[in-house]
Amino acid sequence: MPGLEDLYREIILDHYRNPRNRGELECPPAHRYEGFNPLCGDEIVLYLDVRDEKVVDLKIAGQGCSISQSSASMMSSAVKGKTLDEARALLRAFKAMMSIHEARLDAEDRELGANGQGADGEEAPPMGDLEALQGVVKFPVRIKCATLAWNTLAQGLDGANGSAGPS
Amino acid sequence: MAAVDHDRAAQVGAQPLDVKAIRSDFPILDVEVNGRRLVYLDSASSSQKPRQVLDAMTRYYETTHANVHRGVYAIAEEATRQFEEARAKLARLVNARSAREIVFTKNVTEAINLVAHSWGRRNLTAGDAVLLTEMEHHANLVPWLMLAEERGIELRYIRLTADGQLDLSDLDRLVDGVKLVGVTCMSNVLGTINPVAELAEAAHSAGALFLADAAQYVPHLATDIQQLGCDFLGFTGHKMLGPTGIGCLWAREDLLEEMPPFLGGGEMISDVRLDGFLPADVPWKFEAGTPPIAEAIGLGAAVDYLTGLGMDAVRRHEVELTSYALCKLAADHPDLVIYGPADPASRGGVISLALGDIHAHDLSQVLDTAGVCVRAGHHCAKPLMRHLGVTATARASFYVYNDESDVDALSEALAEARKFFG
Ligand SMILES: Cc1ncc(COP(=O)(O)O)c(C=O)c1O
Repeated sequence: MPGLEDLYREIILDHYRNPRNRGELECPPAHRYEGFNPLCGDEIVLYLDVRDEKVVDLKIAGQGCSISQSSASMMSSAVKGKTLDEARALLRAFKAMMSIHEARLDAEDRELGANGQGADGEEAPPMGDLEALQGVVKFPVRIKCATLAWNTLAQGLDGANGSAGPS
Repeated sequence: MAAVDHDRAAQVGAQPLDVKAIRSDFPILDVEVNGRRLVYLDSASSSQKPRQVLDAMTRYYETTHANVHRGVYAIAEEATRQFEEARAKLARLVNARSAREIVFTKNVTEAINLVAHSWGRRNLTAGDAVLLTEMEHHANLVPWLMLAEERGIELRYIRLTADGQLDLSDLDRLVDGVKLVGVTCMSNVLGTINPVAELAEAAHSAGALFLADAAQYVPHLATDIQQLGCDFLGFTGHKMLGPTGIGCLWAREDLLEEMPPFLGGGEMISDVRLDGFLPADVPWKFEAGTPPIAEAIGLGAAVDYLTGLGMDAVRRHEVELTSYALCKLAADHPDLVIYGPADPASRGGVISLALGDIHAHDLSQVLDTAGVCVRAGHHCAKPLMRHLGVTATARASFYVYNDESDVDALSEALAEARKFFG
């Protein structure tokens, strides 16, 4: 039985208590995306300001447990200032870290992998604080908490693909 | 007015339950979790099953399994007899006038969908109104929302007071002109026991039918559909010591007669030609396909178990345990928020709580390491959660096998959670 310390690493609790990039951005120019965890009611609102293929700013609102909120906070720090391609690479790397239980179901991810620039061939970007979330995979029901912010980011990155995302 | 006295149990002096003996009937309670004894406080989500129920199902499979209502050989007749006997037990449990008023469904969700689909599509058209409440489980919201989308029916809602009761001050206006009133007998989040008989009477005065979601009621209180004055009442086997996959719609026989079938297939017909079909009699008209036979028999055994204890004794036990829990938790944890009515006599054994600003998910994770099982989340009642201004609560709920030691374990585990996140 994995202990609570595996899940609630100090750095996770720090991001939970002192969330980074908390707040809202004006839309437009930013875009707003919502993510829900239908199982537990956690909500993430992501404000994403993308210019010239770069995440120039992002903010996080919403409510949730320590895992979903700290993951959102870490995601915001990791992605801010990155190019869309760099953000996508981080997204893939994070999902790979969480994917022990989802991998076989997540055909979309595998497709990305097969397209040449996927997780397999590519050099994994440095994960920094995000490594702390590794312990979540030992608590399968909490994986959805950890991936909520990232799935919301995925919507945002898809939206930024075409020029007109949802406002 | 046929008021139902929820404290009747105490007045008639029901015997206290012998919880120690009851616990020995539930094999799962011997399981250890993380090296700790299992403290199961999630019966509102799904109850555990006594050996008597498990044995009845195994015995059926080992000695007399065959399809029902078909074979003319001995074991098929015995299977049919046991299946129909289970129906009769449910009829007696809720004081139905006849077993023909009992329709087996998969769960209460299917029971309500059956009413919405069959009665609703036959009787509701654009502009007709259905009155629900803000504390409904999604099972009694979404089928009506689907009908509203499809048909353009109007949905109205009884709102809540600050202490989690239905606000009936505006009932006359709300009920005026509606065709159906659908209400949960007991909130699965707040524990609030609603004045079902009063609401049924208001519905009938307005010319409407009354549907009760009794998922949290039938398992815990003596239920008399004639006294409650319902027209439809649904409940679900797995919350009342029975197996999953079996539930029940009780409905007035004349209504069932009028209603078109729900699902089509075998079992629900009396004749089929290439250009049409004749449905079977009620209740089989609503039971297309091979039913969950072992599950029905298991549910019958669960009814026997509960009536053996006595539903008044069950209620008395839960009122006492809830009183103990409300006092103990408040005394041990001054910063604990407990949602719902304060008076144990007007609520069931369901306690939704919040400890400081610890999220329900994190709270239940810490409780799990102490072997304490509670539910964390929105409890399939998102509109109610919005009313409470939260996205999730942790919920402890009691049943016949719980006692004060379980409450004590919960309280200790809450203290550990505070230490961890403090
Ligand atoms: C009040 C209420 N209604 C409906 C349900 C749904 O029960 P089931 O999932 O068995 O259909 C539940 C339990 O989850 C409940 O508590």
